Amino acid sequence: MSENTARPVSVSPAILCRGLKKHFGDVRAVDGLDLEIRPGECFGLLGPNGAGKTTTIEILEGLTPPDAGEVVILGRHWGSHERELRARLGVSLQETRFSEKLTVFEMLDLFRSLYPRGRDPELLLRDLSLEEKRDARIGKLSGGQRQRLAVACALAGDPEILFLDEPTTGLDPQSRLQLWEKFEGFRAAGRTVLLTTHYMEEAERLCDRVAVVDHGKIIAQGTPAELVAGLHAPHIVEFASEPALSAEDLKALPGVGDCRKRDDRWFVGVASLVDAVPALLARLERGGAKLLSLSTHRATLEDVFISLTGRELRDE
Amino acid sequence: MSERRSALAALTRARVFEFIREPEAVFWVFAFPIIMAVVLGFAFREKGPDKVPVGVVAGSADGALGGRPLQSPALKTTSYATLEDGLQALRTGKIALLVENKDPVVYHFDPTRPDARLARLEVDDAIQRAAGRVDPVPFKEVEMHEKGSRYIDFLLPGILGLNLMGTGIWGIGFGIVNARLKKTLKLMTATPMRKSDFLLAQILSRLFFLLLEIAVILAFGVLAFGVPIRGSLVLLLAVALLGSLSFAGLGLLVAARAKTLEAASGLMNLVMVPMWLLSGVFFSADRFPNAAQPLIRALPLTALNDALRAVMLEGKGLAAIAVAAAILAAWGIASFAVALKIFRWQ
Repeated sequence: MSENTARPVSVSPAILCRGLKKHFGDVRAVDGLDLEIRPGECFGLLGPNGAGKTTTIEILEGLTPPDAGEVVILGRHWGSHERELRARLGVSLQETRFSEKLTVFEMLDLFRSLYPRGRDPELLLRDLSLEEKRDARIGKLSGGQRQRLAVACALAGDPEILFLDEPTTGLDPQSRLQLWEKFEGFRAAGRTVLLTTHYMEEAERLCDRVAVVDHGKIIAQGTPAELVAGLHAPHIVEFASEPALSAEDLKALPGVGDCRKRDDRWFVGVASLVDAVPALLARLERGGAKLLSLSTHRATLEDVFISLTGRELRDE
Repeated sequence: MSERRSALAALTRARVFEFIREPEAVFWVFAFPIIMAVVLGFAFREKGPDKVPVGVVAGSADGALGGRPLQSPALKTTSYATLEDGLQALRTGKIALLVENKDPVVYHFDPTRPDARLARLEVDDAIQRAAGRVDPVPFKEVEMHEKGSRYIDFLLPGILGLNLMGTGIWGIGFGIVNARLKKTLKLMTATPMRKSDFLLAQILSRLFFLLLEIAVILAFGVLAFGVPIRGSLVLLLAVALLGSLSFAGLGLLVAARAKTLEAASGLMNLVMVPMWLLSGVFFSADRFPNAAQPLIRALPLTALNDALRAVMLEGKGLAAIAVAAAILAAWGIASFAVALKIFRWQ
């Protein structure tokens, strides 16, 4: 938070919400959620599917009315300044399938016409590397190209805040990287971004701050570095052995936090590598086990999420 | 930065492009009514009156017919070797009447069948004349084949009305439900778009095709079947326009809340099928019982068909179709207003 806290306190938040609640039938999708996002910040809502991220972002976008709570966007309320706010925001929904019969340019031009002012569609196409697909039908685009078009449409009105709901879900790594660069460019121009994601790398790369959301509540908030540093065991030891060790064996080692096993590999969170690794090697030797592989890395947001909830973040 | 542009025009243009790039939709709007008119037109085309099929049990030379064959331009005669064969043909409807050549001649027929009664008259006439009957009252026949009174003349305005209903309700309904399903509707509500612009664009895009649709169907009727247009062409277009707007309103209403294409097509059928049957497309709505008439007259397709026929076939003016026009306008305004009120954007 170091660089952001240095800003003057008087800057009013780009997005502010207090005590947000929304339920669908018996399901409490959002259950008392507070957020304060500063202008120029890229903020990530991080959480597994069904955590309430989409409901939250759609409430902030003014598409879903909350059951309770207050939303202030750019100092305005949805009830009194809807049209003004709509002209100043850009939205990309989680799942939009544009009409396949229109061309890329036609769709972007249509969205541009819906805003009182905005960016030249031709320039936007170039910005999003879609100029070669200008006259292609949307039905012929790849997933990555469609997603870039969705982002182009969200940018058509030259927004001050960009809302992105799972902007890279289902895309290949290269398309994802391409989109990240576009978001970084938007962010570098001093605009505000609010995005939801369940990709750790995405949050770590793009976001100044993230809020970890689970069951409609924020369970942790801060910069990615702060969240990782706040872990009791910020280093991960990844190893496989023959025969494998049990969870009890690992818990007996010094400074061990969360342990999880994927296939035959253990991922063990430890407080200190210099204490834990020699102890692990000694334990293996004592038991006559053969070490098949060993590596270590710094904990990620994924480990933060596991440590907070005991569950993994990705789709089950 | 670029300047302000008309959202309504852009929305309308996008909808038109979407439509013309959908080959199925183009088929249903333009080709289907013509195919229907061709098929029905040929089925009911002008030809000589049908010959009535009758049977004669052969082999009895001592009957009242004598050896004379049964001949008449109105009859198509088949011979049967035995009475049983002939009765079998009569029972299965292959012939309308069976003549048994005895003395007296025996006519086997079912008097509740109109063609059988016709056959009875024609056969008896032929037999009596062949035997030398002379008609005491002389007569002369004058045949009438006036254009405008044929089935195709009745049918064509009905098909035009039917098509305006179909394209209005379906073109608008499916477009909207599709946009809702694909969430483009939701995404557009996240922009500063005026919601009324979106709905108006749906209707305007329909009107873009209206002229073409009417021109194709009318030109086909006039050129292929010589269907007359007796009234003012401008009035005819105005009636079609009003009908189209009215059905566009109904289309909006049908699509106002439907979440799936299945739900929408169910609703569309619920609205359209009764009018297919009741509103005088294929036969006159007058044939339904009097008690049902006020209801049938209030249906928008009945009003449209009546007005189209009055202008096209009878050459009537505005005054004669004022009531029908009022009914159409009422349907259009009421359904648009309700649709706007209950419309589900997400």
